[in-house]
Amino acid sequence: MLIKCFFAGFGGQGVLSMGYFLAYAAMKEGKEVTYLPAYGAEVRGGTAHCTVGISDEEIASPVASEPEYVVAMNQPSAKKFQNAICSGGMMFINSTLVTEPPQRGDIEIVEVPASGIAEEMKNIQATNLVMLGALVKKTGLVSLKSLELSVEDAFSAKKKLIPVNLGALRRGWEYLD
Amino acid sequence: MAEAAIRAGCRFYFGYPITPQNEVAEYMSEHMPEAGGTFIQAESEIASIYMVLGASVTGARAMTSSSSPGISLKQEGISFLAGQELPAVILNVMRGGPGLGNIAGCQGDYFQATRGGGHGDYKTIVLAPGSVQELVDLTGVAFELADKYRNPVMILADGLIGQMREPVVLPEPVKHLPEKDWALRGAKGRPSRFSRSLILNVRRMEEHNWKLQRKFREIEANEIRFEQYLLEDAKLVVVAFGSAARVAKGAVKRLRKEGLKVGLFRPITLWPFPHKKIRELANECSEFLVYELNAGQMLEDVKLALSGSAEVFFYGRPGGVIPTPMDVAKIIGSRYYQRIKRKAK
Amino acid sequence: MKKIYGRPKYLKPRKFHYCAGCGHSLVHKMLMELVDELDIADRVIGVAPAGCAVLAYDYMDIDIVESAHGRGPAVATGIKRSVPNLVVINYQGDGDLAAIGTAESIHAASRGEQIMTVFINNGIYGMTGGQMAPTTLEGMRATTAPKGRDPRREGYPLDLSSLLAQIPGVVYAERVSVSTPRGIRQTKKALEAGLRCQLDGEPGLALIEVLSMCPTNWKMSPLDSCKWMDEVMSKKFQVKVLVDRRTKAIKKAASGNVD
Repeated sequence: MLIKCFFAGFGGQGVLSMGYFLAYAAMKEGKEVTYLPAYGAEVRGGTAHCTVGISDEEIASPVASEPEYVVAMNQPSAKKFQNAICSGGMMFINSTLVTEPPQRGDIEIVEVPASGIAEEMKNIQATNLVMLGALVKKTGLVSLKSLELSVEDAFSAKKKLIPVNLGALRRGWEYLD
Repeated sequence: MAEAAIRAGCRFYFGYPITPQNEVAEYMSEHMPEAGGTFIQAESEIASIYMVLGASVTGARAMTSSSSPGISLKQEGISFLAGQELPAVILNVMRGGPGLGNIAGCQGDYFQATRGGGHGDYKTIVLAPGSVQELVDLTGVAFELADKYRNPVMILADGLIGQMREPVVLPEPVKHLPEKDWALRGAKGRPSRFSRSLILNVRRMEEHNWKLQRKFREIEANEIRFEQYLLEDAKLVVVAFGSAARVAKGAVKRLRKEGLKVGLFRPITLWPFPHKKIRELANECSEFLVYELNAGQMLEDVKLALSGSAEVFFYGRPGGVIPTPMDVAKIIGSRYYQRIKRKAK
Repeated sequence: MKKIYGRPKYLKPRKFHYCAGCGHSLVHKMLMELVDELDIADRVIGVAPAGCAVLAYDYMDIDIVESAHGRGPAVATGIKRSVPNLVVINYQGDGDLAAIGTAESIHAASRGEQIMTVFINNGIYGMTGGQMAPTTLEGMRATTAPKGRDPRREGYPLDLSSLLAQIPGVVYAERVSVSTPRGIRQTKKALEAGLRCQLDGEPGLALIEVLSMCPTNWKMSPLDSCKWMDEVMSKKFQVKVLVDRRTKAIKKAASGNVD
């Protein structure tokens, strides 16, 4: 089974690293994975998106055609990519910033006030991890444990950042039932 | 790729920034010195290829990487490397073109790469990886072939392979590099040597060029690589390389599930091109579909190989649009129904 | 009887193909004398340019690699970085160094590559047949400036050596001329100073610009060429040390008076 997950938002929201953490965790679980980032011409601001493919067999294309899951970190992304999701798929929206959720009846909308939660934690930079925690809880794409290992590996050069990022991940995980 | 190059014994990287392959230079700038090698960000693509030439003439393994517009600039030096019979590895992460184009996945440099690319009668060995793992594996192969034949080798990847990440298994570091009895390192205990490409005497120039050609024939005889996928009973053969082949493979897989007898032939060496193998496939199958992310370049090689012995249909996307396996499956499927099912009736 | 002069050991026993009155052969000869005198034949490597001196390997009995027009400093960089112990002589002409290879010249200097560039400046493109060079003087005729160089039309002559001398990565730069016996002796001294920069491990590039005659393309006799060099060309491109940032050589010379 091949699952495609698409992440979109402003550049600087940690959209690319969100995808990378997920792909890395899936790789550690022995899955076939692809990770394809895309950037606008700007380095900050602008749009950023990336696609993660997770499968039990070789993945033909790293490009998302009709992704099962779309994570929209801001309003423009939610609007732009609402029609990309395959029928029956899910859209995760950062409800702090996305005030007008898509109006599609055949997909499930999962609202996570990721920016709000991160702000409460006084760590707005960890917004992406809050969202990722929620995504993984809902979809079961990988285990929380693998995701935690993935974050620990990524921050191995800046160890003091690990606890706060793991905290954010857990807050996201706990936000959804 | 960068780590694979270091593990293949490459100790010199000279480059100039251009998207989408800056990760290679950034990695090299950090890790090449750790491996006891040298990284230089040169003032231009042209300077960087000549720095490669300088390091190569001393017998070291050296490489550069760039993307289409930068590769055009490097072609002058690649011609000199070929003329002076110096090994080098050049990575081209193709982008859309002509001109600045875009940074999406495109395969528009096929002609430039496989026909030599610069001025003069020469060829570069061209390797086309279909995944990040294969990019890593072919990097080691590229350095071996470059040294074996004293010829530049180009790894022709595209924006998709260049930007995506996949898990890879890295090879063990190479322990023994080949002896190079032709290298220039100062005339210590031997007569002095020179390395040149200027040969004014026409007979000697011809002799040199025939020698190069003999070498190219030898490469054609020994180094052709390709992948065959579900070709045994195929009624339609899809021919594609690089990331296009990867998408085509997904399409073929889908169509097989629906009972269509389609298969994939993927050249890994674009030069030398597996002409003979494709001609052989035509004995069993009379329908070919070439799929490329350009307006039809490898198509010419496939047609040459078949020399009219089978029908060739072309599907291309020259702007950086990457069709999905589903899209490609539709194209292949409709061709299959038009030609094969209809005939069967 | 004592032998006081002979053919340099590392100059191959071959007749030069250069025109009568050309400066290349003098410079070749002096370089090979220095290779012998400094005892570096087993660790010297030459980078030959596109241009008249492309056949340098026919005369110099040392390892030589040919370079494309303008790319000598890049090739020399690759060599020196690969085998730092080598003494690298990068031999270039004026079109080579100051036109097609301007970027390579400037950036090898800015990186402070430990090589010696020998810059043969004759104010004209020799091998291709007398076209205008970046160093062609105002008023001087060339096949592509038939009315003489007019700055409003063809731009001003470019003194790239003086520009290069401003770059901290250049440890030594001197301009000399081979039009007189005195000039020739000074040229040899300059070339020796340039080579010693590498032997002493001076941290940068040595540049020796040699003003050289091209009677054929100047359309003058060899004798007139020398005269024109003395009276005109060396007035525009002044013969002098352009910069001297050597630390070790200066310390040696300062005989204990070092602060």
